[in-house]
Amino acid sequence: MPKRKDIKKILIIGSGPIVIGQACEFDYSGTQACKVLRQEGYKVVLVNSNPATIMTDPEIADKTYIEPLTTEVVEKIIAKERPDALLPTLGGQTALNLTVDLAKKGILKKYKVETIGANIKAIKKGEDRSLFKEAMQRIGLDLPKSDKAYNLKEADKVAKKIGFPLIIRPSFNLGGTGASTAYSIKEFKELARRGLESSMISEILIEESVTGWKEFELEVMRDLKDNVVIICSIENFDPMGIHTGDSITVAPIQTLTDKEYQKMRDAAIACIREIGVETGGSNIQFAVHPKTGRMVVIEMNPRVSRSSALASKATGFPIAKIAAKLAVGYTLDEIPNDITQKTPACFEPAIDYCVVKIPRFTFEKFPEAKDILGVSMKSVGETMAIGRTFKEALQKGLRGLEISHYGLDSKLKYNEISDKKIRQRLKEPNASRIFYIKYALQKGYSAKEIISLTKIDPWFIENIREIINLENDLKREFNRNKKLSLESLRKAKESGFSDRQIAEITHSDEIYIRNLRKKNNITVTFKLVDTCAAEFIAYTPYYYSTYEEEDEVEVTKKKKIMILGGGPNRIGQGIEFDYCCCHASFALKELGYETIMVNSNPETVSTDYDTSDRLYFEPLTFEDVMNIIDKEKPDGVIVQLGGQTPLNLARQLEKAGARIIGTSVNSIDRAEDRDRFAKVLKKLGINQPENGSAISKQEIIEVAKQIGFPVLVRPSYVLGGRAMKIVYDEETLAGFIQEAQEASAGHPVLIDKFLEDAVEVDVDAISDGKITVIGGIMEHIEEAGVHSGDSACVIPAHTLGDDIIELIRKDTYALARELRVKGLINIQFAIKGEQVYVLEVNPRASRTIPFVSKAIGVPLAKLAAKVMAGKTLKELGFTAEKKVKHTSVKESVLPFSRFSGVDILLGPEMKSTGEVMGIDSSFGRAFYKSQLAANQGLPLKGKIFISVKNSDKRDIVFIAKKLADMNFKLIATKGTYKALTSNNIRVQLVGKINEGDTRVLGLIKKRELKLIINTPSGPRGQSDMKPIRSLAVTYGVPCITTIQGAQAAVNGIESIAKGNLKVKSIQEYHPKKS
Amino acid sequence: MKAILALEDGRIFQGSSFGANGERSGEVVFNTSMTGYQEILTDPSYKGQIVAMTYPLIGNYGVNGEDMESRKPFLEGFVVKECSKIASNWRSKQSLDDYLKENKILGLEGIDTRALTLHIRKAGAMKAVLSTIDLDEKSLVKKAKNSPGLVGIDLVKKVSVDKKYLWPGIRQGAYKVVVLDCGLKYNILRELAKYKCQVIVLPAQASAEEILSFKPGGLLLPNGPGDPAAVKYVIQTTRKLIGKLPIFGICLGHQMLGLALGGKTYKLKFGHHGANHPVKDLKSGKVAITAQNHGFCVDIDSLNQKEIEITHINLNDQTLEGMRHKKLPLFSVQFHPEASAGPHDAEYLFGNFIALMKKYAKT
Repeated sequence: MPKRKDIKKILIIGSGPIVIGQACEFDYSGTQACKVLRQEGYKVVLVNSNPATIMTDPEIADKTYIEPLTTEVVEKIIAKERPDALLPTLGGQTALNLTVDLAKKGILKKYKVETIGANIKAIKKGEDRSLFKEAMQRIGLDLPKSDKAYNLKEADKVAKKIGFPLIIRPSFNLGGTGASTAYSIKEFKELARRGLESSMISEILIEESVTGWKEFELEVMRDLKDNVVIICSIENFDPMGIHTGDSITVAPIQTLTDKEYQKMRDAAIACIREIGVETGGSNIQFAVHPKTGRMVVIEMNPRVSRSSALASKATGFPIAKIAAKLAVGYTLDEIPNDITQKTPACFEPAIDYCVVKIPRFTFEKFPEAKDILGVSMKSVGETMAIGRTFKEALQKGLRGLEISHYGLDSKLKYNEISDKKIRQRLKEPNASRIFYIKYALQKGYSAKEIISLTKIDPWFIENIREIINLENDLKREFNRNKKLSLESLRKAKESGFSDRQIAEITHSDEIYIRNLRKKNNITVTFKLVDTCAAEFIAYTPYYYSTYEEEDEVEVTKKKKIMILGGGPNRIGQGIEFDYCCCHASFALKELGYETIMVNSNPETVSTDYDTSDRLYFEPLTFEDVMNIIDKEKPDGVIVQLGGQTPLNLARQLEKAGARIIGTSVNSIDRAEDRDRFAKVLKKLGINQPENGSAISKQEIIEVAKQIGFPVLVRPSYVLGGRAMKIVYDEETLAGFIQEAQEASAGHPVLIDKFLEDAVEVDVDAISDGKITVIGGIMEHIEEAGVHSGDSACVIPAHTLGDDIIELIRKDTYALARELRVKGLINIQFAIKGEQVYVLEVNPRASRTIPFVSKAIGVPLAKLAAKVMAGKTLKELGFTAEKKVKHTSVKESVLPFSRFSGVDILLGPEMKSTGEVMGIDSSFGRAFYKSQLAANQGLPLKGKIFISVKNSDKRDIVFIAKKLADMNFKLIATKGTYKALTSNNIRVQLVGKINEGDTRVLGLIKKRELKLIINTPSGPRGQSDMKPIRSLAVTYGVPCITTIQGAQAAVNGIESIAKGNLKVKSIQEYHPKKS
Repeated sequence: MKAILALEDGRIFQGSSFGANGERSGEVVFNTSMTGYQEILTDPSYKGQIVAMTYPLIGNYGVNGEDMESRKPFLEGFVVKECSKIASNWRSKQSLDDYLKENKILGLEGIDTRALTLHIRKAGAMKAVLSTIDLDEKSLVKKAKNSPGLVGIDLVKKVSVDKKYLWPGIRQGAYKVVVLDCGLKYNILRELAKYKCQVIVLPAQASAEEILSFKPGGLLLPNGPGDPAAVKYVIQTTRKLIGKLPIFGICLGHQMLGLALGGKTYKLKFGHHGANHPVKDLKSGKVAITAQNHGFCVDIDSLNQKEIEITHINLNDQTLEGMRHKKLPLFSVQFHPEASAGPHDAEYLFGNFIALMKKYAKT
């Protein structure tokens, strides 16, 4: 069928900020969809609150709204834009939920907006557990047995019918007591009783447990003619019971025969038809009993997902792009396969390699939370590796994770780990289980024992065993001969061992092994990802490395620049850097360069084969990157856009002969090395908080005492404030030193005087070596001490005087000149009184580049790439700081609800996963939007609880007065109550929780409390209020923990109370000069 | 143990052997299925061929008792990147290595199978020798050149049963179907049984009279190995039976039917061997993902299109995938509606065959 002509304008909803479970994959899918729909001649209207996305770039859609993703806001956009259709399946769960709500409230009907892709009925059928169950039963598919019970007697009956183990799920249980598993009738009785109690309607769902079963996923696509194809099959290394986002997964399926696989394929096709997803992709999950082979369907997502992004990268089949085409009426046989060009997209990709995805966790940031994995997702990113064998792909994946493992190596000595510990780490799924499998095998555990503890399929355990056997063989050979034969070396490389691993085995170093290999022609070969296992000629340059006979990648003679990406997302390094890398690629293409992207993150736009001229899907380690440089011999390598990952490789790459362009490696070092940096500042006469550095515990304490408490303690060479802390006394310092030393990995620990109550400012600027132009001066809303990545910030600075701003400018220019910056530079300042201090200089793209670019309407990363390639800012037409009339606020989004027991207080260690942007005519309005977008919507009426530390008491009076004047009901604890009543503000008194007064908790549970303002004082104040803050997170009550934040909130509430929220597109904020 | 695959054009692939030792020659083809090596191994259509799997990890789920497609593997050799040392599946009875040893099939692993695939894609399927005994490259290349290959050779007689047999299960089915064993896959028979057909399997050499003596409701010409033009006796038998009873041709059966109807066949460069080929049903406009395994093809232009209707087309290369006679009760497809290994999308064709028999029985 040809494309539809009856629709002209299509609304696409993005997925909002990066949170655990929803990351860059939706930028990838949304961007693809926008591009393809516009190519087909449709007008595209996009709404997404996340500025760090490629999709919200002004050239991607016709109209781009960086606005909060709420029903009210989207209704305003629909009323203004009047789209004919809404494509809800590309923005994750956020977009689906929003679409369902828009339909429920009659908004889609009112404005005659048709949903395309999946209709409301199909979305509900896929998402609602009982509707889904009914649908699956209708088509004869097996599901885990389950039934509801309303009292203990019924529960008993159901339990007997189904058999153990059982999962008990309370229905409508607010407050987060989740599912529990019972292995015996005794356990069951207790858990059922608790479940019934915690359910608001006294209902529990009792379900057959499929924990430990084999887990599989199929990515399915369907068109309007009812053609259905499977794009990719995935087998989970970790069995059922661990969220697939937290599981190591492998494509394609490894351990099912064709008969079993085809049965699953039939079931998936029947499922997508019955659910009624008319066009596009769905992800369907299955569990298979490892002994009986019984197959049950677990769930389906009627939309593109993280798995579909993975499937697209694993196969080369662009699911989201095709889904968008199908949504407007094309059928699969009408769409050509980009990669082969000659064959249609109506086929099932055949792959001739093994793909392994490994999740990236950041439990080290939440020390109070256990690193135990379960059904709720906890990982913040992932890496994907391609190899010709599972062994090779697994080892590549492990080094791609960037957790200082260089394959399946050992951080611990297996003979020093107790059996108890081994068993526990095998049995309880956790982030480092893969390594404990190794330790267990080394300790002599049988495969059978490991399988029984982990429930991981024997095939995977066998492959791990083969890696370890080879390692043992290599060790033995080396001990015997004091060297490795070339045959053994080749074998190790074929099994995915890194040079570093081999160096460790042979007590040499990485460079030695590298040279030895190269001298003896044991070099990497590159192969294509081509969707068809080499059956047809492939035109799309998407490559991976392996050790085989034939290298099939041909190098061109064009001028080329290589861009190093950021690897797996983690807290502190995510989509913002991918955004910069993509921009560099676009910009350099404009200049006529061939662009080469290297990255290992399957979620991203940078690993879309459409983004760069060539894509190497490889881990970002020295070895892997240098192999590509040896092959491609690029004229330049860009390291300053992918975050800390490529920057950390810069020196080694340069030493090995790579041509790093942009700011020099020496300058990077001058900014990163504390001593050298202090000299730079001294030379320029720029202030720096008093500081020192030391390695040993005693020295660290000495330095701290000399400087005087409070001090900020942190390791060198880390990103995101890892192991960074403000310390007020010697005792606390002594307790923290070990963690800081560990994170520093041999480098000195840095100790800075902490400037209390200072205002923090971030500056992003660009320099071509001749002139420096400031992109944005961002004033933080939270005071210095809160990591800049967690702090809200505003452009333009709203409280700083012109003289201070001028000082900031002067320092920025001076630093950029001194460091001979070519490209981007980010500087963090602290303003205390009239003094301007420089806290940190990063001679690279910062996390705020996309935000600043969107706030001022200038693509800074693109300009930076062009500057690195030799253009001057004058040539590029960017010579003066841009003045804007509107205000932009960036707010961070935090993952606390995922980590139970963790306090939500902000500090110098970054904890946020993503960000949103609020943009409007004034600070108050922009701030209000930013809070709404961050799911911390500020109330316009209701009860507000206030409890602040003594030093904030004076400031809170003014804030509370305004709130009271706007008819909010205020509640406060004793000290705050006194301060307010003595200023004639009406307020209700409550006691503290540790004094036995739990009224505040009750109000949160009853959802009467609309806002909490709590600035804690010292360690004791922190623990007093922790239950309130934790409960607030569970119930989604906004909680403000700084006085500056409270001030901004009042500002926001006031301005919205005065006039309605309005929407305005980015294209209207930054009209193109024609 | 070392093993060498030598191609007739001089390209050498050296790896390690698994399965049996020895030396065999055959045409090297690649198969792109990611599952179903057991079905591929036991598909008699691979007689005369050395099969290289493009998916690198083979043997993972072992070999079981149920998924056999014939009484034994007939292929000349099996080439993979890595043969799994462990068989992991609840139905597995033995490892792939053991199965090949037991059936005296040569296996080769540890070679760059993608390089081999690219070579065949560019140069075409070609003759080769796989050996663990002669490791002299020159000698092997010479042997490969001198090996018979497929063109003009009747391989059907090497795989066909020599006695008739009844497929177990249905004794009093709605329809009696005769299947000529040209190298058939069991799943064709399983499908017929599923549709309640009584299935009589006859040797490929069976005459038209013998076939008609069973008073069958229909004749199924199944898959089989090699060059269809070389199987003259089946083509002649078919010619005699056209119009006398409903005929359903699959793969080689389709090619022989095409020849019987006056068409021509030709050899494809490297054939279709895999489970992901899109085939369009020209009547419904729908696309089925099909299992395919053929090196020869019926030339569309050679068919008398006044009598013959083209029903299916391969979307990858626009070759003929299905045809039917406009007046007489017969139709055939180049792909495998019985799948195994492969998707079940085209299974409906067995239903069509039943419907055709039903319609014909009435008239």
